[in-house]
Amino acid sequence: MTLSFALIALLTVVAALAAMLLRNLVHCALAMVVAFVGIAAAFLNLDAQFVGFAQILVYVGAVTILIVFAVLLTRGGLAPERSLFSTSWVWGGGVALAVFATLAWAIRQSVIRDRQPLPEPDVTVKQIGEALMTRFVLPLEVIGLLLTAALIGAVIIAMKEAPAGGKREKESADLEEPGNPPSVMPPPTPEGGLS
Amino acid sequence: MFPRRLSVFILRQTLAAYFGGLGFYMTDALDQIFVTTKQFLVAFLAGLFPPAWQPLATLLISAVVMVAAIIGVFATLFAITTVLERKGLGRMQNRHGPNRVGIPFTQIRLAGFGQPAADGIKALIKEDVVPVAADKVVHFLAPVVMVVPVILAYAVLPVGRNMVALDLDAGVLFFFAVGGAVELAVFMAGWSSRNKYALLGAMRAIAQMISYEIPLILAAVPVIMIARSLSTTGIIAAQAGQAGFLPAWFVFTPWGFAGFVLFMIAATAESNRSPFDLPEGESELVAGYFTEYSGFKFALFFLAEYLGLFVISGLAITLFLGGWHAPFPWLAWLPSWFWFFVKLLGLIFVFIWLRGTLPRLRLDQLMNFAWKFLLPLTLINLLTVAVWHYLSASGWRWAVCVLMVIVPYVALGRGLWGHRRVRKRVYRYAE
Repeated sequence: MTLSFALIALLTVVAALAAMLLRNLVHCALAMVVAFVGIAAAFLNLDAQFVGFAQILVYVGAVTILIVFAVLLTRGGLAPERSLFSTSWVWGGGVALAVFATLAWAIRQSVIRDRQPLPEPDVTVKQIGEALMTRFVLPLEVIGLLLTAALIGAVIIAMKEAPAGGKREKESADLEEPGNPPSVMPPPTPEGGLS
Repeated sequence: MFPRRLSVFILRQTLAAYFGGLGFYMTDALDQIFVTTKQFLVAFLAGLFPPAWQPLATLLISAVVMVAAIIGVFATLFAITTVLERKGLGRMQNRHGPNRVGIPFTQIRLAGFGQPAADGIKALIKEDVVPVAADKVVHFLAPVVMVVPVILAYAVLPVGRNMVALDLDAGVLFFFAVGGAVELAVFMAGWSSRNKYALLGAMRAIAQMISYEIPLILAAVPVIMIARSLSTTGIIAAQAGQAGFLPAWFVFTPWGFAGFVLFMIAATAESNRSPFDLPEGESELVAGYFTEYSGFKFALFFLAEYLGLFVISGLAITLFLGGWHAPFPWLAWLPSWFWFFVKLLGLIFVFIWLRGTLPRLRLDQLMNFAWKFLLPLTLINLLTVAVWHYLSASGWRWAVCVLMVIVPYVALGRGLWGHRRVRKRVYRYAE
């Protein structure tokens, strides 16, 4: 274990703990960004440039922003008054230990342990691209299809069909009541714009 | 007519010497002057350390020298650009720009170029006001988080031959990855200020930056496909030489031209400049996400915005305008860094020009423009570049690709326009 790995691991774990323990939701999200950056640094430490940068691009640039938007658009990121943690933390700890023990046992039993460490690969971005476009092209296409389906699904859920004679028409009808005096300056004619 | 004949003789001799070996040596030395200076400086400073430490010291000193050079050069360019922008906008609006600040206690006015010094001193000695309700830590960190990724992005920007701080295998990806952190800084600034204008500005800014990041990246992808490289130096190497009478820059191909225009539009929106400056629309939001910042923190936001503009223009130059290559071989005797900065200043001028010309968009226009117009065009451009790659070089290839660029552009523009009729605007005034 090198010094750089130790520092990166410390940063990542502390940030992840902060993301879990801080009371303010936005602070949690920002701490999570630090954890994501730490993971990206771990990838870079292993000379995996492409994965490291993709991690930053996707998780820091997109996922966190999404989370932050969700926090802001729902409850405004207020800190809860009550304690964050359930009183039955003993049970939680017990479950966590059991899961850890199972995983550790499974890994110890696995054949992976007996395998010789592979020689350090020298992976370039080009090789990743070639692998994605030849051997793994089907999984890539399937993932692309899945994401597109998810995207369309999200849009359909968010899209509200305007009911016939609905709110919009009512509002405009209110505005054009016969008693209204004609305005001196008419609203500018709709002009330009790509909508 | 003796003196004239002598002058012709001297000129001819000079030119002969110049284009002979000596001239070539001179231009090459001038071209690489910063590289050799850096190597000399690093070797000199590393020599001061004990021999056992020298490898580490060389690495560190080389990094520090490059970072100092990047920050020094581009911060100076920022200072110059603020004056140029204000004077340029002034000229477009029929007024003088800044022209008062000069050397104190003299009558020398420096044509307004003393203004950045005055502005800098003002920002430094101004009181740093932090709102009582603000989230102090996040409020303090936001300007820092804003500046750091922008400066990091300069690491992969080649400003001349052999003049790139970090020649990464995945350079373009690195550029876009660090660019993503800017949105986070905008959010931090807007949220921590506890000010509704700041928060609204931040929401607008993030929505805009996410929307325009997609066309920005997709407009860059065709270049990566043709150059077969994600590294910025590799992309520039792919644009060396001539194609016919034009330089082999990607902007002089149908897909490259379309990509360049799309990239520049998305870059304008990405750096929050007019006509896409809704996040800081003064008439609606005071100053947007940095409303509650004053003094040097405000100056840092300002700096980050301009540095972001320069670096994204630099990427546009790298991707489409041949990087540091001279446009014609007979101009190649001018150093490579000179060409890079000429192109950079040209693009900055375009940005200033646009700012002085176009009115601000409405929010719905902004979103529709990104998602319904730019995004389909960038996707079609991907197809165009594939066709370009697989057709053999001929007039047919040009015709097909030009059609593939123009037809979607016209069809999409007309389709989105719908059945709206444009009439002459009629004004009615109170009598």
